[in-house]
Amino acid sequence: MPSISKKQVEHIAKLARIELTEEEKEKFTKELSSILGYVEKLGKADTSKAKIIAQITGLENVMREDKQQKTENRKQKVKKLLKEAPSKKGDYIKVPKILE
Amino acid sequence: MKLENFTIEKAHKGLMKKEFSCTELTRAYLDKIKKENKKYNAFLTLTDKLALEQAKKVDEKISHQEKIGPLEGIPIAIKDNILVEDYKCTAGSKILENYAAPYDATVIKKLKKAGAVILGKTNLDEFAMGSSTENSALGVVKNPHDISRVPGGSSGGSAAAVAADECIVALGSDTGGSVRQPGSFCGVVGFKPSYGMVSRYGLIAMASSLDQIGPLAKTIEDTQVVFDVIRGKDNLDSTTIDLNSKFKASASLASIRGRSGRQGGRNSKPSQTWKQVPSPKFQFQNLRIGIPKEYFGKGIDNKVKEVIEKAIKNFEKIAVEVKEVSLPHTDYALAVYYIIMPAEVSANLARYDGVKYGFSTMSNEQRTENSLLNSYLKTRAEGFGDEVRRRIMLGTYVLSAGYLEAYYGKAQKVKALIKEEFERVFNPSVDGVDILLTPTSPTVAFKIGEKKDPLAMYLSDIYTVPASLAGLPAISLPCGIVNKLPVGLQIIGPQFADDLILEAAKLCEQSCL
Repeated sequence: MPSISKKQVEHIAKLARIELTEEEKEKFTKELSSILGYVEKLGKADTSKAKIIAQITGLENVMREDKQQKTENRKQKVKKLLKEAPSKKGDYIKVPKILE
Repeated sequence: MKLENFTIEKAHKGLMKKEFSCTELTRAYLDKIKKENKKYNAFLTLTDKLALEQAKKVDEKISHQEKIGPLEGIPIAIKDNILVEDYKCTAGSKILENYAAPYDATVIKKLKKAGAVILGKTNLDEFAMGSSTENSALGVVKNPHDISRVPGGSSGGSAAAVAADECIVALGSDTGGSVRQPGSFCGVVGFKPSYGMVSRYGLIAMASSLDQIGPLAKTIEDTQVVFDVIRGKDNLDSTTIDLNSKFKASASLASIRGRSGRQGGRNSKPSQTWKQVPSPKFQFQNLRIGIPKEYFGKGIDNKVKEVIEKAIKNFEKIAVEVKEVSLPHTDYALAVYYIIMPAEVSANLARYDGVKYGFSTMSNEQRTENSLLNSYLKTRAEGFGDEVRRRIMLGTYVLSAGYLEAYYGKAQKVKALIKEEFERVFNPSVDGVDILLTPTSPTVAFKIGEKKDPLAMYLSDIYTVPASLAGLPAISLPCGIVNKLPVGLQIIGPQFADDLILEAAKLCEQSCL
């Protein structure tokens, strides 16, 4: 059975920006290994003739005119969006410092 | 006021005949929910104010002898991953526990325009990830048929609300079976339209190539009324389909239409075209039905199998042909799903970062002192539950360097084979069938806490996932009882043959009674 190591779980958790406790690392290693073991069965499917479908309804490049659109109650909309930000200053969303 | 088994038609007639006002009807439902919510936990938020305002408008119209539309004044519940402006939309997650929707989803805009009375927001598995509604961060939902059992998921709150007569109809969302499987477990109708039929704008994204909003209802007719209101192309969701152009291109459907003598194109409203047909029996005298043998193999409960086989027998009286067909790649569908879906989940849920909106571990002062990375790590660790984190990590893994082709690439190829296979069984030029009949779920509703292993939980979607991967319309409708618990029959149709499977479901509904 193919499995994922605890070290790999630590790596993907970091990539996914999720902090895990030691206990959780053990738990997810076991569970993810079991799921990956299950999906491994795809190896048995002969896909030599399969053509990948990019989009299930066959759509390609749905375009629209590059035109400015009017938003009704623009000010009110902005207010509603800003209200949801965890931290703000005036009409700006406050974010942690990224440069030291 | 008796709300048991209230349908859209009954409520509409009652309103028109002034047997009750829309305000009375709305209050009766709101009171019932308030009284029962401790028992079933189907609702997370009540939208009382919105509901009563809408009800008042309808009452005014009726008092002025104005005509009202089929959905006008009808109490409806909305899954809490669909945005209703100014009301909380939690997605069943701690990370959005206090998030208020800044705008309406397209389906909500359409429902409001049609005059529907939105009662409240229903409970769900966190971000619609689950098959039992046990993954909600806001409490487990109970099955109204047996409160020690799950209602299915992820639209468990919507299904339970319909089954418990806490609303007339509800909206859910279906990615791999999340409308159909809870419909089956709760003994109500659950319909997943073809991918692209209903706008996803304002639906909190899980796996965008699979997500589709669909109605849950007590009857097929109610399902059709809701579907007719919410369907259609939307400029805000570029994957929605313009039916007129697409239908001309669909060869398999054209032939069904030809055989069943259906007149006219898609210029008029589709259901109206259907309703002009005098007798459904006449309409469907040439119906060909396929029974895919792979859906009756190991894993299915024997009693469930018996009920489904009996329902199929009923169809034999109506259809010109019922025959066994084979979809050999069915066995791979769940594995394909558990690669493609988490891959999309990992990308879609990257937006919950504790910066723009939602739960954040950082207080105002800390923001300037702590690193951005630290803020992400802690916010997402505390904000997301186990199943969501599992799927994000699984998706991150299958998309990561060195594994992408082996997992995601392979899954896309097998998905193509699954779609081809469906096209083949539906192809009239090679003796294809019009619809497929299968069980919706291998078992009836299981006990709360019964499935602790994630993989065991995933297996309850084994019959619903294939149609999702192929973008096909599929519906679950109640067709019998096993140990006092409902069993659902699934009807799968060719791509965009949504109206056909709804009409076929009506035939079954009549014969299953």
